[in-house]
Amino acid sequence: MRELRALEAALRAAFEAHGYGEVATPTIEYADVLRRGDERYANAAYRFFDERGDLLAMRSDMTIPIARLVATRMQDAEPPFRLSYIAHAYRAVNPQRGQMREFTQAGVELIGAPAPEGTAEVIEVMSATLDAAGLNRALVGLGDADLYRQLLTEFGMEGQPRDRILDRLAAHDLVGLELAVDEVEGLAAEARATLLALPAMRGGPEVLDRATELGGDAVERATARMRATYQALAARGVSDRVRLDLGLLRDLGYYTGAILEVYDPALGHILGGGGRYDTLLGRFGRELPAVGFALYVERLHVAQTEEERQGKGEAR
Amino acid sequence: MPRVVEVTRAREAGPLKLALPRGALWPETLDALDRIGVDTVELRSDSRSLVFECGGLSLMTMRPSDVPTYVEAGAADLGITGKDVLLEQPERIVYEVLDLRYGACRMVLAGRAGDTALDEDERRLGGMRIATKYPRVAERHFEETGRRAEVIEVKGSVELAPLSGLADGIVDLVATGRTLAENGLEVREEIATSTARLIANRVSHKLRAAEVDDLVERLRPEGLR
Repeated sequence: MRELRALEAALRAAFEAHGYGEVATPTIEYADVLRRGDERYANAAYRFFDERGDLLAMRSDMTIPIARLVATRMQDAEPPFRLSYIAHAYRAVNPQRGQMREFTQAGVELIGAPAPEGTAEVIEVMSATLDAAGLNRALVGLGDADLYRQLLTEFGMEGQPRDRILDRLAAHDLVGLELAVDEVEGLAAEARATLLALPAMRGGPEVLDRATELGGDAVERATARMRATYQALAARGVSDRVRLDLGLLRDLGYYTGAILEVYDPALGHILGGGGRYDTLLGRFGRELPAVGFALYVERLHVAQTEEERQGKGEAR
Repeated sequence: MPRVVEVTRAREAGPLKLALPRGALWPETLDALDRIGVDTVELRSDSRSLVFECGGLSLMTMRPSDVPTYVEAGAADLGITGKDVLLEQPERIVYEVLDLRYGACRMVLAGRAGDTALDEDERRLGGMRIATKYPRVAERHFEETGRRAEVIEVKGSVELAPLSGLADGIVDLVATGRTLAENGLEVREEIATSTARLIANRVSHKLRAAEVDDLVERLRPEGLR
């Protein structure tokens, strides 16, 4: 545990240094509360009744509990709120895959700060947090949750074909995506080309130019949002840490606009993620733009160990 | 706090690691590698070694069903395996980046030729007894078509199950249909089609994007784009 505690202390110090005070919320919430934040909590992995017969659920992340906390318990305080946490969360597991039902998340929520500055600030904190963990090779993927959905709307795609396309994209199945797009009747050649080209567009700021060439309102709006965020990141000196990714689609229901994923070359799994959730607070009665990220602490620990091992290997 | 030096971030981690399937897809996988200029002489002659360095790639050979495991964990950056394998392991988080078009076959429900046992099972017992190496594909198929089935997993020759009375039907992969015919079985329903697929690790797909895309383009079958 000593290494893990040292890692958590380093993460906590990075959060504190940027003015993000730590908060704690109960592990167990009313299932209704979680469900108001994200409809998919209707299928939360661990649900049970309390002594009065009310349905409770174990949280699977900290974002909804903190949104509830801010909307209901901090009503008199002036935003923006800078909050951090290191806390357990719970999820269903696949049998015999070495997954844990309980895991630790370390993250921040910046509530009351709109894009692009709010997003850039949170990415700057994320970058400093990764450095504090010794993961100075880790990179942040920056995408846009609304891009593909708005694109499908622009092309007039509704119902089953739309769901099938989003389902294949969320599953990272680019072969299936092409099949699903080709099943759509009467789709213009340009629309088809745009839908199939975007998921592979990732890299430096030049991908925004390449995307803009595809044309269309949805692409125009999303690339403008991403460009504004990228410029704010450049002004803060952290844009070299970011890879723009037009194919990113995180499956959490509450994201709007910017979405984030964290990668380290020493580990095959993502280290964490996040994004903007500008409509979530409103569901708890207080309209505030918000953005945050969460890192998986156990994975950070593995990546740290791997980085040290690979670093030694190279020194030899 | 130390500032991050940019050069450390761009550090390459050696050649891309590619997981290759020994088995039915093996010969055509080697042909595909030949076409992109990877010398496969050593791969073809040495059946005992597991890792080969050639054509600027690190090639690892394994069972097809292990390929998604290695790629998901990042032990391989990319891998080649059948769609049948991916359908059976839907929880693996990997990018499916390219249909390689070879190794075409069908996943089917088959029963004894000229035999009504499968229909009788449904009518009289409420569900069929099905043996398969693909229990999850089979269960999903019956669930989606609103039927009940007792799915029995076997590891070896699945055709033995209906011959011996273990089950009345099988869900299996069929290429030519010869094995089915030789064992007195016939196709009743087609569940899915399968070809060889190129898959990529989620992190490699992002951090080594240019190299991954380059390999995808080189491996793309002729006549596609």
